[in-house]
Amino acid sequence: MRKHLGNVGALLRGFSITFSYMFKKRPTIEYPSVKKKHAPRFHGLHELRRYADTKERCIGCELCSSACPANAITVIGAENSPDDRHSPGERFAARYEIDELRCIFCGLCEEACPTDAIVLTPRFEMADFRRGSFVYSKDRLLVPPEAGVGLAPDERPNGIPSDLGMVAQVKSTMESDTGYDATNRGIILKTQRRGLAG
Amino acid sequence: MDALVATLNAAPLWLVILIKSALLLLVVVTTFAYAMLFERKILGWMQLRPGPNRVGPWGLLQPAADAAKLILKEDLTPKTADPLIYRLAPFISLITAFAVYAVIPFGENNGSLWAIGDVNAGILLLMAISSIGVYGISLGGWASGSKYPLLGSVRATAQMISYELSMSMSFVGVLILAGTTSLAGIVHAQASMWFFIPQCFGFLIYVITAVAETNRTPFDLVEAETELVGGFHTEYSGLRFGSFFIAEYVNMLTVACIATLLFLGGWNAPFGLTMIPGILWFVMKVGAFLFFYMWLRATLPRFRYDRLMAFGWKILLPAATLNLIITALIVALRG
Ligand code: SF4
Ligand code: SF4
Repeated sequence: MRKHLGNVGALLRGFSITFSYMFKKRPTIEYPSVKKKHAPRFHGLHELRRYADTKERCIGCELCSSACPANAITVIGAENSPDDRHSPGERFAARYEIDELRCIFCGLCEEACPTDAIVLTPRFEMADFRRGSFVYSKDRLLVPPEAGVGLAPDERPNGIPSDLGMVAQVKSTMESDTGYDATNRGIILKTQRRGLAG
Repeated sequence: MDALVATLNAAPLWLVILIKSALLLLVVVTTFAYAMLFERKILGWMQLRPGPNRVGPWGLLQPAADAAKLILKEDLTPKTADPLIYRLAPFISLITAFAVYAVIPFGENNGSLWAIGDVNAGILLLMAISSIGVYGISLGGWASGSKYPLLGSVRATAQMISYELSMSMSFVGVLILAGTTSLAGIVHAQASMWFFIPQCFGFLIYVITAVAETNRTPFDLVEAETELVGGFHTEYSGLRFGSFFIAEYVNMLTVACIATLLFLGGWNAPFGLTMIPGILWFVMKVGAFLFFYMWLRATLPRFRYDRLMAFGWKILLPAATLNLIITALIVALRG
């Protein structure tokens, strides 16, 4: 009898819980119309940057490709010639492809790159209908000259990319008041890199 | 208005009944559509989701979208199915679900009843019609010619038979108190006190059996997705599936109406609040009962099949019988 009464109590408690949940705040984010705030250093789709004189930063060194734990990057370098100059260095990437389906968005490519050419933008909406369309080649990765140079993560004010290139043209949903000290990691990397360089 | 009433009075009976039926059909189908939306909303809220809100403002056009989707779906018949019975079964469910409304009164205006027919054995007819509904489910599952629907329909038959007994028992208590089998008469008998007070156990039993009769959680073993894919309607698609679906909701509406008529005082206003018309009270009571149904679905998990049977035969039926005997005794002793 005791046990049965306890069961009835449990039943009533269950009913009161479901009822009270009706008036709770619902955590749903109505995605296409409302977008979630993400961390300022969110790792999304890649972008290949340029120098201010519109030369490509990438020198085809394949360091990103060897750093990539997911084997997502394919780089085939080629020699620059004086009348067909892509990058300031000796070589440039003749082919540069990232398979975004393999990519785990770890950002190691970004850290490996000696010229800060490859960076991860916060863009995350890449849905498509064919697998093939997830292999991004240079035509989609490289910032078009008219869109500026693209900013390295450690050059972004408060870590926020203000001038995303064409690839990442979707407006960022981040706000600067997130209180996330995003610049630190970048600054540290920058100084370390400077130290190493000279 | 008077002219309208006069013309209606002069019209032949079949025409009046036809008009009433068409109107009622419209009301019931609309109620079904929005009961479904309401249920999905309530379930959503109770699970911290917003529920459907993409089609139309507040999701109000969702039923229309669902209907369009169901109509456009392909109507499949499995190779192993018995084609005639397979195609017929959903409509048995649907037709019996609607047919019940021929005897349900919704309100009263100056002594004239708001119902298609005022049958003096209303409650008996109602039970008779609604019992046929199980044929739709069991034949549908059997004629599908595949195992999950068969299991579902076997369960449905067993469950319906077991719980219908206790349900009828809970009705009889009310009938003894009211001294009539006419639904309007039962409502009139509740003018001073609604029957859920003297028949509180009867009401409890009715609520439980009503959930079981309409195959809703926690008694939805008939279509238990986790074990039986979709139960009796696994093989159905398109409008035939839709018919089963509509029948389920209309049945839900029916048991809410019966609960209102038999236990919650029908269109009688509580606490003498007669400035609100009776039909509104009726709607509110039915709405409250439907809400309870949804609340139940959001709260309780599904029974295990053997427990369902044991509960029905070993607890519910004796309890209902006891309730009946005690009621009869008290009524007899008070003379
Ligand atoms: S983010 Fe990581 S996984 Fe993706 S391409 Fe760069 S290194 Fe590879
Ligand atoms: S992106 Fe950077 S690391 Fe990769 S090949 Fe170009 S220069 Fe080298």
